Amino acid sequence: MIRLQTAAFDPGAELSSFCAGRIESGAVASFVGIARGEGGEATALELEAYPGLTEAEIGKMAAAASKRFSLDDVLVIHRHGAIAPGEPIVMVATAAAHRREAFEACDYLMDYLKSRAPFWKKEHGRGGARWVEPTQRDLDDIARWDEPRESPRAKPR
Amino acid sequence: MRVLLFGRLGDLAGWRERSFDPPPASLTALKALIAAGDDALGAALDGKGVQAAVDKQIVRGDACLAATSEVAFLPPMSGG
Repeated sequence: MIRLQTAAFDPGAELSSFCAGRIESGAVASFVGIARGEGGEATALELEAYPGLTEAEIGKMAAAASKRFSLDDVLVIHRHGAIAPGEPIVMVATAAAHRREAFEACDYLMDYLKSRAPFWKKEHGRGGARWVEPTQRDLDDIARWDEPRESPRAKPR
Repeated sequence: MRVLLFGRLGDLAGWRERSFDPPPASLTALKALIAAGDDALGAALDGKGVQAAVDKQIVRGDACLAATSEVAFLPPMSGG
C-alpha cells in the first residue's frame, strides 16, 4: 500500500498493523526516516509532491521491489508539506518469507525514495530557504542496485 | 487547461498553478506561452532534466494537448 499524506503518522502503530494477521510471512523489515534538525540550523523541511503522479511512481517501484525480492506485502508512507525537525517523513515496511529479502527490499526502496521519487525538497534554515538535490551519496546508493545481476536475488556491493 | 509548475520552476515563475484558455495545441506552444517575455523561465523549462506530465503521465518529447485537462512541468526530482 502506498500512502502520500500531509498528516503526521505513528510509525509504531503502523508497524503493528502491518504485522498483524501475518501467518506465512516470516520476516518484516522496516525503516523510518526522520527530519534532521542539523544542530538547530534547519527550521523546517518542505516537501512538494504531485498527488496522483507521486503515488503512481512510488507504486511502480514498490511493484518492482515486490517482484525482485518476492515480497508478500509492502507499505510506503510518505509525507509532504511542511515537516518539523524530529518528525517522521517516510516509512517503508516489507514482508517476505525470509529476512534477507525483507531487508534488501526495504534498503532498495529507501534508496529509490531518496534519489528518484517525485518530490521537490526545500530546506528552510537560519540562512533562508534552498531547493535540495539528491546528494552524491544518495546517487551512489541507488546505483548499487543497477548492476547486472547474476542471481535472481541481488546483493549490493 | 490547468498548468502546474513544481519546485524551482514555480519559484522562478512566481506562480505554481494557472489556467490557460483556450489551451495551446502542443507542449512546445504551451512553454512559449508560459515563458513569454521571460527568457530565464523559458531556459528553465527547457533545462536539463526537466520533464513534462500530461494528465499525470510523464511524456517524452512534444505532445498534442487538444483534450488535455492538466499539464505539469517537473524539475529534476529530489527524492524525499
